[in-house]
Amino acid sequence: MTGSEVVMRLLERHGVEVVFGHPGGAIMPIYDALYDSPIRHVLVRHEQAGAHMADAYYRASGKVGVCFATSGPGATNLVTGLATAMLDSSAVVAITGNVPSGLIGTDAFQEADVYGITGPITKHNFLVKDVRELPRVLTEAFHIATTGRPGPVLVDITKDVQQATFEGSLEAEVDLPGYKPTLVGHAGQVKRAAEAVRAAERPLMIVGGGAQCAADEVVAFAERTGIPVTTTLMGIGAFPAGSEQALGMPGMHGTVTANRAISHCDLILAAGMRFDDRVTGKISRFAPNATVVHIDIDPAEISKLVRAHVPVVGDLRDVLPRLGAELGRLDVGPWREQLAAWKARYPERYETGETLASQEVLELLRQASGGDCIVTTEVGQHQMFAARLFPTSRPRSFVTSGGLGTMGFGLPAAIGAAMARPGETVVCVAGDGSVQMNVQELATLYKLQLPVVIAILNNGMLGMVRQWQELFHAQRYSEVYLADSNPDFAKLAEAYGIEGHNVFDRADAEARIAEAFAAKKPVLLNFFVYEAEKVFPMVPAGAGVDEMILGDQEAPEAPREPVVSA
Amino acid sequence: MSRHVLSVTVRDQPGVLVRIAGLFARRGFNIESLSVAQSEVPGQSRTTFVVSGDDPTIEQVEKQLNKLIDVISVVDHTHAAAVDRELMLIKVRVRSPEERVEIRQIAQDFRARIVDVSRSALIFELTGDEGKVDAFIEQMRPFGITELIRTGRVALSRTAASTNRASHPTQAPAVARAS
Repeated sequence: MTGSEVVMRLLERHGVEVVFGHPGGAIMPIYDALYDSPIRHVLVRHEQAGAHMADAYYRASGKVGVCFATSGPGATNLVTGLATAMLDSSAVVAITGNVPSGLIGTDAFQEADVYGITGPITKHNFLVKDVRELPRVLTEAFHIATTGRPGPVLVDITKDVQQATFEGSLEAEVDLPGYKPTLVGHAGQVKRAAEAVRAAERPLMIVGGGAQCAADEVVAFAERTGIPVTTTLMGIGAFPAGSEQALGMPGMHGTVTANRAISHCDLILAAGMRFDDRVTGKISRFAPNATVVHIDIDPAEISKLVRAHVPVVGDLRDVLPRLGAELGRLDVGPWREQLAAWKARYPERYETGETLASQEVLELLRQASGGDCIVTTEVGQHQMFAARLFPTSRPRSFVTSGGLGTMGFGLPAAIGAAMARPGETVVCVAGDGSVQMNVQELATLYKLQLPVVIAILNNGMLGMVRQWQELFHAQRYSEVYLADSNPDFAKLAEAYGIEGHNVFDRADAEARIAEAFAAKKPVLLNFFVYEAEKVFPMVPAGAGVDEMILGDQEAPEAPREPVVSA
Repeated sequence: MSRHVLSVTVRDQPGVLVRIAGLFARRGFNIESLSVAQSEVPGQSRTTFVVSGDDPTIEQVEKQLNKLIDVISVVDHTHAAAVDRELMLIKVRVRSPEERVEIRQIAQDFRARIVDVSRSALIFELTGDEGKVDAFIEQMRPFGITELIRTGRVALSRTAASTNRASHPTQAPAVARAS
């Protein structure tokens, strides 16, 4: 058996069904072994997209995503994808070919120090220069990627190792004396956490991306205790947005209610979240009156940014049921009434007119989906609008680049998510800026004929940058105008063999959306939307969450009929 | 800000020092000294770091080090009984026979060993804690130090057990802090 065959057999043993990748010189032996393997391969048009697909495949399914790339430029193209997966704790195994071990360090053709480059943006990485190490390294790679706090692992394999003859067993023991994730919460700490929650009058649960694997436990805990819940961008779907206890998203573009709840609560129960600056705003103004109970599987997140009074290191699936068992219904009636009053006073609002509003399009998409689809997003205004107006109610169904904020993520992520959950419709909410960063994947999408609706909210602008320039840079709109050189996205889709439509008004939008959902194949809808739209409320960078700019979310004195209510 | 001496046991893997150095650089932690060598366990090295920072920073340093897969254990010797030593080689200029006598007398008081002798210079080897090494440098300075090299501190805890069996920090109350 060759090293390449060892790689394929081990992927098969780890239950890998699909690999996203692009071949090249230094990984050709592995592609040769792939030719005989039952594992399906998705040929991407850019390695970055392959990494995003593998990432989204994990996020949507909980099954590790795998991608392949060749040495040098192939591997460096993975970098953004790996960093995206790293910051959002996504289990990805990336396998790269490298030049033969004798040429390593000689500046050989298509050689780059991939091991060195990817070290800081992976949970761990390996360079394999001896075929005998392959079974252990690959077994460890899957173990590290999927256990504890998930993350990307890269395995760089020299070409001579891929070609070498392997004799021996594919069975390998994981030998990682320095890696023992804490899964079971400390009993004393769980008790202390329960005491703190019980003593609170105004408790608030903040649910993050770590809860995507523990949605049942989150729901059971919230229902048992009656605690109000806010879900971060990464936590969307881990608690149903439609619940009466749900306050929406906190932070920079969070809801008024969620941010007020943070400012007024006397206890924060943080579950699988890491107090990202987009959530906290200025730390010294964040939840100034709150006792902080922080449950996380990664001890390094505890007290990294916000000091935890009661830390609990462990898996939410272990800790939350045990914490719930210590608690009954919390006495939070007046607090819930206060939150309900804020929710009523500050519903989602936006102006509509002849030109479509981004929010309006998202509302139409949400209605058409019946709440039963996967949403992926690119990064920018449309992403924040989607988080607020198109949150999914199921876990693992809102796939977005939260930590790294990677433009170009959404389209490949839609493909990865659709591969992970066959038969489900995926809506890729995109902007006209972001979608062009991996637009070549329309070819991959065409080939796979997946049920993906690409909804471009086309304002002809890099809208989020424009918003910051309007608010914080004296309306000096530096390099944000795209409309004069955007392609005709409908024609672009058609060039790739994908149905595409330009949509200008509400009636057309309703009809096209209905058709797109019914089509069960790729459709691109290019919605021309109001160009100067801003995402409000907004907490300016560096300000406290109590210093929101309300903008058009400001409630008039006499509550008018809201245009929509989220 | 305070200085902490950390013993970090690592697996001997290519690039493990790069990972650690990269971690310190990226997160803005200050390393004052660093030494690395084989430990008593084959395949494992013991590194000693002197790091400065406030308590939350040092707590983050330890946690981030522990997150590295190749790091087996991290022990902070600051609040526990430990011995630490440093080795220095120092070349001192000698201008006259009288100076030679004087220099050798001081060296004797410090138990510094002469490892090389020439007409115009002496090289001493000195082992001791940081204070002793610093003091010897100050004593030699008036004579003229041509060059010196220090290994940085190495440390071992006084407890009977090996530090590489120390487990990762968990949520045990040691990490917990009251407001």
